[in-house]
Amino acid sequence: MAFYDTDIEQLHAALVNKQVSASELTKAAFDQIKATDDQVQAFLALNEEAALKQAAAIDQAGIKDDQLLAGIPLAVKDNIVTKGLTTTAASKMLANFKPVYDATVVEKLAAAGVINVGKTNLDEFAMGSSTENSAFQTTKNPWDLTRVPGGSSGGSAAAVAAGDVLAALGTDTGGSIRQPASFTGVVGMKPTYGRVSRWGIIAFGSSFDQVGWLSRSVKDNAYLLEAIAGRDEHDLTSAKKEVPHFAANLAKADVKGLKIAVPKEYFGEGIDADVKEVVEAALKHYESLGAIIDEVSMPHTKYGIPAYYILASSEASSNLQRYDGIRYGFRAEDVKNLEDVYVRTRSEGFGAEVKRRIMLGTFSLSAGSYDAYFAKAAKVRRLIADDFTKVLADHDLIMGPTAVSTAFKVGEESSDPNKMYLNDLLTVTANMAGLPGMSIPAGFSKQNGLPVGLQIIGKAFDEQAVYDAGYVFEQTTDFHKQTPRLGGQN
Amino acid sequence: MNFETTIGLEVHVELKTKSKIYSPSPVSYGVAPNENTNVIDWGYPGVLPSLNKGVVRDGIMAGLALHAQISKHMHFDRKNYFYPDNPKAYQITQSETPIAHDGWIEIEVNGKKKKIGIAEMHIEEDAGKNTHTGQYSYVDLNRQGTPLIEIVSKPDIASPEEAVAYLEALRQRIQFTGISDVKMEEGSMRVDTNISVRPIGSDKFGTKTEMKNINSFNFVKNALEFEQKRHQAVILSGGKIVQETRRYDEPTKTTVSMRTKEGSDDYRYFPEPDLPPLEVADEWIEEIRGEMPQMPGERREHYVKDLGLTDYDAMVLTQTKEMADFFEAAVATGADAKRLANYLMNDVNSYLNDEHVDLQDTKLTPDHLAGMVKLIDNGTISSKMAKKVFAGIIDGEEPAAFAKAHGLVQMSDPAELQPIIDDVLDNNEQSIIDFKNGKDRAIGFLVGQIMKQTRGKANPKIVNQLLMKSLNAR
Repeated sequence: MAFYDTDIEQLHAALVNKQVSASELTKAAFDQIKATDDQVQAFLALNEEAALKQAAAIDQAGIKDDQLLAGIPLAVKDNIVTKGLTTTAASKMLANFKPVYDATVVEKLAAAGVINVGKTNLDEFAMGSSTENSAFQTTKNPWDLTRVPGGSSGGSAAAVAAGDVLAALGTDTGGSIRQPASFTGVVGMKPTYGRVSRWGIIAFGSSFDQVGWLSRSVKDNAYLLEAIAGRDEHDLTSAKKEVPHFAANLAKADVKGLKIAVPKEYFGEGIDADVKEVVEAALKHYESLGAIIDEVSMPHTKYGIPAYYILASSEASSNLQRYDGIRYGFRAEDVKNLEDVYVRTRSEGFGAEVKRRIMLGTFSLSAGSYDAYFAKAAKVRRLIADDFTKVLADHDLIMGPTAVSTAFKVGEESSDPNKMYLNDLLTVTANMAGLPGMSIPAGFSKQNGLPVGLQIIGKAFDEQAVYDAGYVFEQTTDFHKQTPRLGGQN
Repeated sequence: MNFETTIGLEVHVELKTKSKIYSPSPVSYGVAPNENTNVIDWGYPGVLPSLNKGVVRDGIMAGLALHAQISKHMHFDRKNYFYPDNPKAYQITQSETPIAHDGWIEIEVNGKKKKIGIAEMHIEEDAGKNTHTGQYSYVDLNRQGTPLIEIVSKPDIASPEEAVAYLEALRQRIQFTGISDVKMEEGSMRVDTNISVRPIGSDKFGTKTEMKNINSFNFVKNALEFEQKRHQAVILSGGKIVQETRRYDEPTKTTVSMRTKEGSDDYRYFPEPDLPPLEVADEWIEEIRGEMPQMPGERREHYVKDLGLTDYDAMVLTQTKEMADFFEAAVATGADAKRLANYLMNDVNSYLNDEHVDLQDTKLTPDHLAGMVKLIDNGTISSKMAKKVFAGIIDGEEPAAFAKAHGLVQMSDPAELQPIIDDVLDNNEQSIIDFKNGKDRAIGFLVGQIMKQTRGKANPKIVNQLLMKSLNAR
């Protein structure tokens, strides 16, 4: 059974009424994974034995009305540490790495009775926009197996799109939840920086990284964010903000009179015409529902990519220094001395894209280039944040395309990092400002029939407004109900 | 050519907090390698630092003790370098916003007082330890994350003597705050130093050489004296000082080149993104100021002015906070300050030196020492007996009970002493005649006889009084 045409509320009701058991749901998930994953290759590791055991225990105990997520099978991106379950960040460096602790988000989900079916593929250390940078496999887009699912949370996006699970955890440093959501026709929310604990998230760009969900529906996403959000004493950058009942509040969602800013820069050079067309239609739809669409300018948008790649790579160059072959993970063999341990371990353990970013970041932080690169990029970051502050002072939300194109072909952009980096043009700025951003299915390209995402960006800690707008769109359209024809079984 | 010397000192002080600066692992010694570590200390994937507020508090207290300005806004920075004892391959320290800056302490060299400026103070984490045996190298991360304060002096120190005076004053002030043991021999105080020499009148500093981790004040002095002479000799011979790190070699009392710096190390500092910037409220600073123990200078003044001690006594008693606290607690019981000071400076200090222990490691209490002093003052025990009583109280015995149990109480009761005196006089007619003839020596002889009869326990003061009375009556 594919996890299409259903949602958390329906599954929960069926579980409570014993129309289905957690064991059956979990088995169904593994059946669907086995039916699709030879082609899609979304999963790096399956957690079958433990998941079935956990499901049986949940069935035995019985699921109560207030245990909304108990017995629901979901998946976890493989840069989120899971105790005793191999966590690789899709890197040779951590190929056999079994963590001794759970990430806070994983702990919270386990406590809620969520069944973790397995770990999904990603670009190595979440660096990439296509999942082609995985050291182990390239995940394919369920809508067209010759195309990428986007990245870096491509495995999670593909697993949801393939009906393996209702939702999967992702991480988003510069668009890694939203762009794959756009490419695979699912919902992907990157919450406000600080909304979700980063404890146990294998760090890439610490001041950008945020955990969130890829899901089939906005409401499921809202339920699931509520389950993982909140202050965590393990993460001092997590916010001491109350977590709203995002899903319950959707009942009041309305876009009448909603002021939506549409930056003209989001429709400028480098954005494919078929994407613009779908997004413009989506905006018209909002207008027809009573929203006020207002064209604005966010002049620093074009500096987002260079500034982001300097800052995130700088942080990454420092964060990834711990993979040195001394304490855990991969170590090169037949090393002569300490320097050899470092140089050979890191040369052999990291892939090309990771090394490129480590070099870029190391250079940007070096004494001779710090001012011209890191410090300047940090200034640009503030200017970009100011752009958002100004626009959001008299608008409720900002909308535009999530990605510059629909899913591209496997191998099409992987040889040209500059082209690949441009994928993040429309998503990095929300990370730089720390704001919540969500991609929802907005329609399909007239050119190639592939899904196109609409990006909704809100004020800090106002995920509610983002969810509300996405929910109203979803309730009044049926793009999210479309599913890929994978292996002819749908 | 006349020269002037400029010395800079970087002192690392290890704090005595219960847990580490960025992880909840305990700070303690003598446990098995890597016992006091957790995922944070290992630099494990996905971990984040937390911040021990006690370290910030101690850093502020140190800043206040060194008359420094406390930073109201501060953040942490990463210092990046690879080494096996540095598991994250970066140290979380402070570079742009030190916890405190622009302080000073006063030193005195050859009777001349001088203020030495403190440029800045940082809170940061210590590294682990690498050890090498045979073919294997081992990493012990127990020390990883131990909180440190780094204290950087301004270029105000002009001689090796001033350097040592600065270190002594610094050690003493920090010791009095109670935040660190500041013991060089145990590594809770570590000293890096740099020195440059220039002809007097030159407006440019000479080239610096550095020496790291010199482990006693004496070695610091020797090393700096050697370097000072070496710099002068090189300049006089027309040579050039090479900027380098040198090592002090104690057996030869010289310094040897370790490595020449080609440019400076690039640690690629940048703001630590995992720790939010810290705002320090004025109220908190004032609260910490209120908790600050009195500094040695204020205490010395009190001892001299109010308790009548000499400058020298006051100086000795304020060498450590424990000694000063002990003294003050003993004085508070009403015992004689001068006598207490003497016991602490002589008997107690020689015991500590002989046994190689600290005051707080003994079982001696201020009450017991004060009790013994009072027993001397009220004549219960003699000074001579006190020597024996001291051996008891240093092991935790209560002085009065100990003196009684060991027969160390003086005979002071006239009713008890008079028959003995009468007996001695009856048996020494000649001495009475000698006394009457003005031979004072006779008294000494008679007292001796009385002491003999009482096996030394008679209170000499009372004996003298009674004896004089009895003699005059005969």
